[in-house]
Amino acid sequence: MKNFKIDHRTNNGFEVLDLFGELDAHTASELEDALKQLISHKKSNIIVNFQQLEYIASAGLGVFMAYIEDVRSIGGDIKLTNMNDKVFNVFDLLGFPTLYDIMDDEASAIKKFLNEMS
Amino acid sequence: MKCPDSLEKTSTYIKKIQASTENLAEVREFVSKHASDHGFSKKNISDIRLAVDEACTNIIKHAYNYDKSKVVSIELEFNNNQLIVVLSDYGIGFNPDSYEKPNIPEQIKLKKRGGMGVHLIRNLMDKVVYQKSDGKNILYMKKNRN
Repeated sequence: MKNFKIDHRTNNGFEVLDLFGELDAHTASELEDALKQLISHKKSNIIVNFQQLEYIASAGLGVFMAYIEDVRSIGGDIKLTNMNDKVFNVFDLLGFPTLYDIMDDEASAIKKFLNEMS
Repeated sequence: MKCPDSLEKTSTYIKKIQASTENLAEVREFVSKHASDHGFSKKNISDIRLAVDEACTNIIKHAYNYDKSKVVSIELEFNNNQLIVVLSDYGIGFNPDSYEKPNIPEQIKLKKRGGMGVHLIRNLMDKVVYQKSDGKNILYMKKNRN
């Protein structure tokens, strides 16, 4: 059963990954591949939009843990937006809000990126 | 005071899956459906679903090392006030009591993942007990209805 999907687009020059469905230990490799591809093309200002993500398990968070240093080391960041309460709760239980920018929406993430660049 | 037998009705549901992460979605559906049928709140269903997913993931990865020929058994026992989830396997033992809270900043530096599932399970469920006997690992996870 296919229950996870990622779309890639750009918004004002920033890379956006839209997540759909359920991110677990089975589907996490798709997110990993998408992030690896962006990093290999030196695209490091990344926004991950969780608007359509219904569920996340720790394997999904593990992907962000594995790549954030790579992205930050080339001057970029991964900002996370539009999480529903259930998904945010998982990030919160593991203490991610102090380590990652978790924003309400894409516009806030873009504003933060622009502030950091100026 | 002990309730009369008629009020202590217990319902049990059992599912067995092959040890592959592709079956996790089916496990979540099984757990969510029965917890919902037994009147658990949306928040509780969400907690139970994640805890069972994390525990099954650990069994598939660590106890069975992704060997699809192995079987994970998931048993749900509902009574008036609580759900007890019983997960069993015959793989490499895995005692959740031996895990510390993961140090996420340190793990990020070292690009290390893992250890988060147990922390979540402990936070999401009301009681977690691990037992090993005759090569069988049994993980009991209790969630109170209220």
